[in-house]
Formats: sequence, structure tokens, C-alpha cells
Amino acid sequence: MATQTRYAPDRGLTVRMTATMFLLGLVFVVFVGLIIGIMSAAHASGAAIVLVALIFGGGSAFVSLFFSDKIALAAAGAREVSPKEAPELHGIVDRLCALADMDKPRVAIAPAMMPNAFATGRNSKNSVLCVTEGLLYHSGLTQEELEGVLAHELSHVAHKDVQVMTYASLLAIVAGLLVRFAFYSELFGGGRRSSNDGNAALLIPLILVASAVVYAISFLLIRLLSRYRELAADRSGALLTQNPSALISALQKVSGGMNRIPTQDLRAAEPLNAFYFAPAMKLSGQGGGGLSAIFSTHPSLDKRIEQLAKIQRELGQPGADPRGIR
Amino acid sequence: MGFLDSLFGRTKPVQPKLDDLFGLPSAAVQIEAAMGFKPTGSGSVSFRAPEGKPFADIQKEVLELLAMDDDKPGGGLPVEVTKDTYGYTWLVSNHMSDEIDALVTDLHAVNSALVDGGFGPQLLCTLVAFTDDSHRRLSLVYLYKRGTFYPFAPLSGNNRDNALELQAKGILGDDLRMEQDLTRWFPVWGAPGL
Repeated sequence: MATQTRYAPDRGLTVRMTATMFLLGLVFVVFVGLIIGIMSAAHASGAAIVLVALIFGGGSAFVSLFFSDKIALAAAGAREVSPKEAPELHGIVDRLCALADMDKPRVAIAPAMMPNAFATGRNSKNSVLCVTEGLLYHSGLTQEELEGVLAHELSHVAHKDVQVMTYASLLAIVAGLLVRFAFYSELFGGGRRSSNDGNAALLIPLILVASAVVYAISFLLIRLLSRYRELAADRSGALLTQNPSALISALQKVSGGMNRIPTQDLRAAEPLNAFYFAPAMKLSGQGGGGLSAIFSTHPSLDKRIEQLAKIQRELGQPGADPRGIR
Repeated sequence: MGFLDSLFGRTKPVQPKLDDLFGLPSAAVQIEAAMGFKPTGSGSVSFRAPEGKPFADIQKEVLELLAMDDDKPGGGLPVEVTKDTYGYTWLVSNHMSDEIDALVTDLHAVNSALVDGGFGPQLLCTLVAFTDDSHRRLSLVYLYKRGTFYPFAPLSGNNRDNALELQAKGILGDDLRMEQDLTRWFPVWGAPGL
């Protein structure tokens, strides 16, 4: 029997995401080529700097990947809760996991007043889903809206977004470190270099400039990728609950709440932004076009709602031939 | 989810596995013989009703289909529709306690209708209730997405009788595909038909 489905895959989103990842890969290849070129120039100090940056960058990415759940929980001051302590929350997560056939993540509650939720962990066995008290008790979300938020976060887990984003950021981390190392060695090591051949004098500034350019490009690409992954999680979450309307109203309530929240919470939450349901920091402008849009980790509210409205329409289509809307 | 699906953030809906449900009647015999638990005659199908009219239409069709045999012997009582506090819809089918075959047929009819309508991924679980002479409650829950069963024995105050559940798992291990991963045995407190 052919499996019937009402889920219409979003090819456009897949294509855009592929293009972004391809560009990231391209930048990576060019960067590695450049580094190999510099290394083969056989200048000891240049090679050492690159090596140190690789080790530090790789190490920090590894640590953040393996301890992402613990780091995030500690940063948010969150506490894991048992099914006895939070039966409702666990009940919703239980059902969503059974519906999606995925491992149930651990569930935690953070004391922040800001209404938000995040999920981290390198794989589904080691992930944790955290919601703030603000989201649970003070945001005025109905149960269905809360479910929509949780489905969005579970989609992040299912899509292994922590892994994907860590690998994607690796390049930027190394490039960023290289910029710093090259800059300092330029500052403090300038005198010692004069005895070497003339070629080498240019080497460190070359690393500096190349790394800075790579850092800037990959930073923008990563933010772009992050926005696409948010859209993908919105989409999967809405398809899981089959209730895009609830997710739309949750987004509106939570984003509205963002503007009323005291800044102390916002600062405390800043490092975790990438995996939040809605960004805690608002860059200047209300998520419109321009600079704020290309630096932001999350798509604008309008974009997210527009996509969900499309799913809404698909669900409302007549059911005569479900395969017709694939 | 495959590697590419994670990479692109795509979610493939999980299709339900239905056929294992027909193992229930023989499992009921086992449970009665080994543990003294009899079917109560009620069972339920739980699913997530999507928003929009297409699903409402299908749900209506299913109810009409199940109502057709109500007058005949073994047809059972009319199907009840309830919505639980988590927003899931439960269709509860009530039969006599010795009509487990008819009950399972009813439950399967609901499944097939939903799957044929393209709503298979919305099925959450099916539950068949048992009870013994001292009124202890035990139910078998079928997880559509995994094609496995697990026992759920509620006690008062959101506690579970784990000993009874594990006993049931041991006894039924040969007849039904039991869920081996205990973390998937999620509780369904206050499920209609329990």
C-alpha cells in the first residue's frame, strides 16, 4: 500500500538551506586551501598560529557539543523536573514524542520570567527541553499554544540542530581565533620577524585579513542557516500537532511579551539565543528588513507566521485526494 | 529520521503500523488465563485531530460507519467521542466483555478509515481495558508509530502499578510485540475507556 500523506514538503526551504550549507562548505574549502598555502610557505610562526587556532577552535566546539545540555541548563539556571513535579508538561511531551516516534528528552524548568523555551543536546538521547516559568505560568498561553511551542522545540531535537549548528560554526570559531592570534602576534611579535626572509613579513597580516573575511562571511551564513532551521522547526512543529493556528498565536503572544521584559533577564539569556523559541534580544528595528534581519538568529515574526498560514491553508484543503497536495 | 532529513530539517511523518492490533484477542486469553484479568469490553482509539474541515468530515464518516452495526448482536454500544485535557480526541467503543473480537474490529475500522484519509500520522495510541475480580485496572496500550504494546496499570493519585505492568509484559512477551524501551511506556492518566 502506498503510504498516503498530507504533508507537503517545502522544497523551497530545502533548496535555500542546501545553498547556504554549500556556500559554508565552499568558504571552508577556500579557507583550508589558503591555510595549506600559508603552511607550505613553511613559516614556523604562521603554521603554529594556525595549528593553535585549530586545536582551540575544535576543542571549544567539541566541548560545547558534548556538554551543550549541561551548559545551557546551568546558564539558564534551570532545574530538571520529574513527571511527578510537572505532570502536565510531561504529559504533553510524552504524547508529542509518541506521535513523532522519538526519544523523550529530559524536561527542565528555568526560573526566568521571560516567556521562552529551548532545547539542546547533541542527540535525542542526551537532549533536554527547557521552558521558563514565564512561559508556563505568566504568558497566558493556552495548553494548545504551549504544545505548539514544545513541538517546535522537539523539532529542533529531531533535526539535530545543535550538531548541525556546531559543525557550521566551527569554521567561524577557528577563523575568529585566527584573527585574534594574528592580531596579537602582529602587535607583540613584529620585531623578531625581521631577520627572516621578506616573504614571511607579509604572512601574518595575510592570515589576519583572510581570517577576518572568512569570519564575516561565515558569520552571516550561519545566521542565515539558523533562520532557515527555525522555519523548518516551526513547520515540523505545526505538522506534528496539526495545529498551526495555535503556534501562530503562541508566537504572537511570546513575541509581544518580549518587549515588556526587564533587561536583566534579557542579558542573562543572550548566549543561549540560538536555540530559543523566540530571540530574547531584539536588534534595532522590529524584525524588518535591513541589517537587523541579516544578523538575526530568528526569522521575523511576519515570515514565521506567513509560513504557518500556508500550512493552515493546506490543512483546510478538501480531502478527496490527500496525495494531490504532496 | 535519516541523515539527510536532519541535515535539511525535514520531518517525515511517521506512518502507523496497524496489523499487530489483531494480536489482541489471543493476548486477552493469555491475560485471563495467567493473571485473572478480563476485558471490560471497552477500548478506545486516540488521535490528534488536525484543524480544518477535511478531518472533521472523515471523523463523521468513521462514526457513521461504526454506528451502522449497533442494532445487530455483537454490534456494541454507540461509539462515544471525547476530547481529553491534552487536546487529543478519543473514540471509545463499548462492547460486552466477551466480544473482544468485535471490539478489535471496531478499533481497526477507525484506524483504517483515518489512514485511508491520509491521517495515519495523527494516530497516537489505542487502548483496551482489563479488570480483575478485585477491581484492579490494567490496560494494554498500542503505540501505532512503533507497532508495539505496553501495559498501563493506573492506581489512585497518578501512581502506576509497575509490578503488575512488568508481570503483564512477561506473560504477553510471546504473543504480542511488547515495547522493550521502558521510557516509551508513557502514562495515559484518565484516558477515556480505561
